[in-house]
Amino acid sequence: MTALLEVNAISVTFDGFRAINNLSFAVDDGELRAIIGPNGAGKTTFMDIVTGKTRPDTGTVIWGERAINLLKLSEAQIARAGVGRKFQRPTVFEDQTVAENLMLALKAPRSPLAVLGWRAAAKDHARVAELAAQVGLRDALARKSGELSHGQKQWLEIGMLLAQEPRLLLVDEPAAGMTLAEREATTALLVDLAKTRAVVVVEHDMEFVRRLNCKVTVLHEGSVLAEGTLDHVTRNQQVIDVYLGR
Amino acid sequence: MTRSFLARNPSVLIFLAALALFTVTVTILAEGFGIGLVSTSFVKVLGKTLCLCLVAIAMDLIWGYAGVLSLGHMAFFALGGYLIGMWLMYARTEEIVIASLAGQALPVTPEEIRIGIGTQIFGVVGGSEIPWVWGLAHSLTAQLMLVILVPGLLATIFGWLAFRSRVTGVYLSILTQAMTLALALYLFQNDSGLRGNNGLSGLQNLPGLDAVPQATLSLWFFWASAFALGGGYVIVAVIVSGKFGSVIRAIRDDEARVRFLGYSVEGYKLFLFILTAIIAAIAGALYYPQAGIINPAELAPIASIYLAVWVAIGGRGRLYGAVIGAALVSLLSSWFTGGRAPSIDLGFYTINWVDWWSVALGAGFVAVTLFAPKGIGGLFDLYAGRKVPDRHGADLGPDDGSLQEKEAVK
Repeated sequence: MTALLEVNAISVTFDGFRAINNLSFAVDDGELRAIIGPNGAGKTTFMDIVTGKTRPDTGTVIWGERAINLLKLSEAQIARAGVGRKFQRPTVFEDQTVAENLMLALKAPRSPLAVLGWRAAAKDHARVAELAAQVGLRDALARKSGELSHGQKQWLEIGMLLAQEPRLLLVDEPAAGMTLAEREATTALLVDLAKTRAVVVVEHDMEFVRRLNCKVTVLHEGSVLAEGTLDHVTRNQQVIDVYLGR
Repeated sequence: MTRSFLARNPSVLIFLAALALFTVTVTILAEGFGIGLVSTSFVKVLGKTLCLCLVAIAMDLIWGYAGVLSLGHMAFFALGGYLIGMWLMYARTEEIVIASLAGQALPVTPEEIRIGIGTQIFGVVGGSEIPWVWGLAHSLTAQLMLVILVPGLLATIFGWLAFRSRVTGVYLSILTQAMTLALALYLFQNDSGLRGNNGLSGLQNLPGLDAVPQATLSLWFFWASAFALGGGYVIVAVIVSGKFGSVIRAIRDDEARVRFLGYSVEGYKLFLFILTAIIAAIAGALYYPQAGIINPAELAPIASIYLAVWVAIGGRGRLYGAVIGAALVSLLSSWFTGGRAPSIDLGFYTINWVDWWSVALGAGFVAVTLFAPKGIGGLFDLYAGRKVPDRHGADLGPDDGSLQEKEAVK
C-alpha cells in the first residue's frame, strides 16, 4: 500500500530561522496520526506547507495514487485535490446562515462559471440537513453563524469539513478551549472519521492524544524526533529530554 | 427552500415596479410627450442619473459584495462613452461632409470623403489623418461590440496581473486609481487619436435622425437607460442571490478560508472585475450620448472615488442601496454645484454652495461611515424590523446559547 501523503526532505527558513529542517514522513490512506511537539517544533508550519500556504525552500510533497507534487498547486487546487484543514480558531462565515456555510463547503464544482449556474438540488438540501444534524445544528440551519456560540461554531466548521469530503483531514489543536465533554465527543468524531479517510491531528495535549490511540510522530526543531505508538515514543530518552522533561 | 427567485428577493420586484412607475411618470410629463412639465434637459439629467445608478450597481457588486474596492471603474464607464462616441461623431461628420460636397460637378470619391471627415474631426488637434483607432468607427455594430470588448479586455489584463499577484485592500485601490489616471493622461495627448483634451462632442445628435427633435431623442435614451438599469439590476440580483453570491460574500469576509474550501479566489475576483467593467462600459455608452460631450477629464481619479462615495452613502451590499445613493448624491451634486441652491447668509460669511458642496459631501461621507455604516439602505432594515445579530463576545457559560460578555453587561 502506497502512502497517501509523502513529505520528502522539506526545509523552510523564515528570516534565518529554520522552522522545518529536512522533514520527511508519510501518511497512509485511512490512517489516524497524531503529531506532537513543543512550541516552535514546526507543527503549524508543516500544515501550512501541505495546504499550500507556505512554500518550502527544498523538498517535495507527493499526493495520492497519481503522485502529484502538491508544491506546484495553489491552496484552492490542493483543497480540491482532497486536503481539508481545520483551523485552531473556528473560522466560519459569520454573516451567512448555517445552511449557506454548509452549502459553500459541499463537494461540487468550484469554478466561477460552474458556481454561477449551480442550483441546489433536493439531494443537496438533504445532504446539508443531514450534515447539520450530524454536528447538532439541525435547528440552527436558518440562523446566521455569527449568532452561534463558540462551541457551535467549532461544530459547524467540522460539518463544513465533512461536506467537503476530503481524503486527508488536517486538524490543528482540536481540543484547545474545549470542555471535557466536548473533548470526548471530538475524540470519538476523529476516530470515526479516520475509518473513511486519513486524519492528521496536531495536538499539544498528551491526554487527548492518548485517547486517540494512534501512531504518533514527535516533531522537534523542524524534524522528526521519534515515531510509533504513544507508549513507544514516551519511552524514548530524546523525547523525554526535549518535551516531557519540561 | 425551492421558492422562486422573486419570492426570495421581494426587493427586486419592488425596485422594478418603482422604476417602471418613474419611467412612465417622467415620460408623460416630458416635453416629447406633450405636457412638458419636465423639460428636455431635465429628462437628460434623469436619463444620465439612471446610467450612474447602473454603474453604481456594478460598483456594489465588486465592492459591497466581493470586498474589492476598485477605484477605477469610471475609466470603463468613460471608455464605453468614447467607443460609442466615435461612431456618433464619425457617422454624423460623414453625413455633413457628404452633404457639403454634394453640390460639386464631379462625383465625390471615397477618398475625398475620408479627407473631409479627417479634417472636420481632427482639425482641432492639427491633423487630418484618421488614426487607426477609428478604423471601425464607420460601423455601429463594430463600435457596439467594442464597447464590450475593449473595457472587457482592459479589465482582463489589469485584473489578471493584479489578482494573480494577490494585490488586495488599499494597494489594489491605489493600482486602480493609477490605471484610470494613466488612461486619462494618455487620452489628454493630442496624438492619442481621440482629440486630446477636446474629447468628442456633438454626441447628442444621432446620425440619420436629424428630423427627430431632441425632446423625443431624450426620451428614447431615457427609456433605454431605464431598461438597462432594470436589466442590470435583475442580472446582478440573480448573481448575488445564489451560491455565487455566497462565495463572493465569503471572499469579502475571509478570503484565505475560501481558498481552503477549494475556491479559486483570484478567479472569482477576475470574473467580477471583468463583468462589472462591462456593465460600467454599457452604462457609459448610454450616458455620454445624453451628456453630448466626453473628454479625458471624465476619467479623472476623483470620478471613481465619487462612485465609491455614492455606494457607501446608499449602503454597501444591497443593490437598491447603491441605486438610491447614486441617484440621490448625483442629483444633489448637480443641484448644489449648478448654482441653483440658495446661498446661506450667516451675516459674517455667505456659504456659497458651489464652493462648499464638496465639503458638505465629504462631511456626509464621514458621518455615514462613522454613524450609519449600512448607509441609507439601512433605513429599510429599521422599517422591516430586521436586526443583524451582534454576538461577537466570548461565551460566559459552556452551554449553547448562553449569554455573552456584552449581553450580560447590559
